[in-house]
Amino acid sequence: MIENERKRKAVESKDAALHYRDSFTSKAIIKGNENIKIKTADELVIRKWNKRESLGYRVFRVFNLFFMILISAATLYPFLYLVAQSFSSEAAIVSGSVTIFPIGFNITTYISVLSKGEFLLYYRNTIFYTLVGTTSSLFLSALLAYPLSKSHLKANKFIAPFVIFTMYFGGGMIPTFVLIARGLNLWHKWPAFIIPALISTYYVLLMRAFFIGSPHELEEAGELDGLSQFGVFFRIVLPLSKPIMATMTLFYAVSYWNNWWNAFLYLEKKDWPVAYYLRTIISYAATSNDPGDVSAEKMQVAANIKSTAMVLMALPIICAYPLVQRYYVQGMMLGGVKE
Amino acid sequence: MRDDTHYRIASEKEMSKKEQKPAETIIEIQDMLPGGQDARKRRRRSMHFRRNWEFYVMMLVPLVFFVVIRYVPMAGNIIAFRRYYPGASIFGSENSGLKYFKMFIGQPTFWRAFFNTLTLNISYLVVRFPLTLIFALLLNEIRTLRWKKFVQTVSYLPHFISTVIVAGMIIQFVSLGGPVNQILQYFGKDTVHFIIEPSWFVTIFVTSGLWQSLGWGTILYLASMAHINPNLYEAAEVDGATHLQRVLHVTIPCILPTIATLFILDIGGLVGSGMAFEKVFLIQNPMTEEVSEILSTYVYKMGIKQNLYSYATAIGLFEGVINLILLTIANKTVKWLTGTSLW
Repeated sequence: MIENERKRKAVESKDAALHYRDSFTSKAIIKGNENIKIKTADELVIRKWNKRESLGYRVFRVFNLFFMILISAATLYPFLYLVAQSFSSEAAIVSGSVTIFPIGFNITTYISVLSKGEFLLYYRNTIFYTLVGTTSSLFLSALLAYPLSKSHLKANKFIAPFVIFTMYFGGGMIPTFVLIARGLNLWHKWPAFIIPALISTYYVLLMRAFFIGSPHELEEAGELDGLSQFGVFFRIVLPLSKPIMATMTLFYAVSYWNNWWNAFLYLEKKDWPVAYYLRTIISYAATSNDPGDVSAEKMQVAANIKSTAMVLMALPIICAYPLVQRYYVQGMMLGGVKE
Repeated sequence: MRDDTHYRIASEKEMSKKEQKPAETIIEIQDMLPGGQDARKRRRRSMHFRRNWEFYVMMLVPLVFFVVIRYVPMAGNIIAFRRYYPGASIFGSENSGLKYFKMFIGQPTFWRAFFNTLTLNISYLVVRFPLTLIFALLLNEIRTLRWKKFVQTVSYLPHFISTVIVAGMIIQFVSLGGPVNQILQYFGKDTVHFIIEPSWFVTIFVTSGLWQSLGWGTILYLASMAHINPNLYEAAEVDGATHLQRVLHVTIPCILPTIATLFILDIGGLVGSGMAFEKVFLIQNPMTEEVSEILSTYVYKMGIKQNLYSYATAIGLFEGVINLILLTIANKTVKWLTGTSLW
């Protein structure tokens, strides 16, 4: 009896909490202020519940906390190690004493890497490819995704499978290489870096899901007011699609920034992006089969420069990442949520 | 991709409500026009096009891209059956039948690459799939929102780091002066030059893969967990279910469709290489070739390095077709088991 009574109260208090949360949420929405911290029902009743949690569950929560700390530390450590190495002296790296903090702190490696003309050239190339590539990818993907989201278009019955099929089957490495390098004659020309990656099928489908899910009333209103479909698209749909456009910008920008494979296949030295330059300096260590003293030392000296180049390449992504993280997550959820 | 049927059905219902009526009246008028029933379809089609031509114009450039960049190479696979040499047409010069297929089937280095690909992908899948699910469940148990956000943010980060940087990190990490060997030394063990030890290759591959994708892999699970109706948990609670029981009997059944979908995708990729290709390509070296040579690195070496274009294309085509078959089988099986399907 007492047990049941307790449960009933618990449920009531949770209901009350839910109700409270809802009223709070709607207030926040009315104000248009998304920054108000909304506590979930769980959080509101958690204090009362703590007393009744079983010992096993409390042990689990402690374990979970330590597990999460462990995961976070394990994820961050390689980055810290990289940064520490890039600031350390050569001698400290060779002796293997760098762990988390730089030893023999200096910035000479940074100065020497940045003062080399070629690194800056490659960096500039990367920025150029990312800007040009992302802009054109975004534009083309939206142009495809928007009509694909219109279910009244009859041809979509054929066009959608035509597009989706490329996700599951492709031309393969060699025919693609032959087409780009020989068929389209892009060998040693910079567009070869961007063109093969222009439209990603998966991202088009994410965009389409967004367009399908967004309300159509404004589009219809625009049509009634005499806008053409292009007008509707450019003046109504695109400005209202900022969340998905932000997500896609980030997805595409990261993929161009990180790409080295197309550079490897098609580009000559002066057009390399920084990612491919990095590949040329790390592959030395990977293919060196001699673990003898001299080469080990050489490799460690290179490690100094390698770490610096890696830090410099990853820096923009790592800096921008915490700011834009929620867009990534939103974008992924668009494609994956099942109801 | 996974929801489009759902959305399509919903929006088609909407559309039919709005548009069917005027369309029917038009048809009636059309029936009275000369040509009658036969011309009806044609007229309707031209009518549809006249109303919607702008949409089709919008799609034009992207579709040209798909035809040229995605479908022409697909057709270019024909050079697996035709001899291609640099300077010939991209569809090959003369028929060679199944010559190149017979060639690679009799080649031990091909089979080595084939089984290496399977070993690598299966070990990775077996380790990563359950761990990702467990990590997602554990993340879902965190009650402090800010702490949860933090762990998520941190664990997603490696997904956005270029494979080149990941490979560089791996090489430095397991190098003679790297942290792994420092730990070995601390415990009085001999140092190991991991990157050139074939026996360590799979471990290095799987561990670094976990580092890269454990966090990111949880996103879809967390998304579907967020959509579980809280009433279910409350009901289970009232019925006296413990925390573990709630996870086993509420959370897992609710996210089963997501698990199934992700599993299909993974099975479909078993013979392919996807992201793995770049990493393997970057960390392999002649000393580990016996375990690190996978199909796509083999295709690269044969095709682009040694100019055996047709031979390499035959292997690539073989790989692609097996993938497609695996994906279809996995999709059918999962559809039969859970009612979820990719297409």
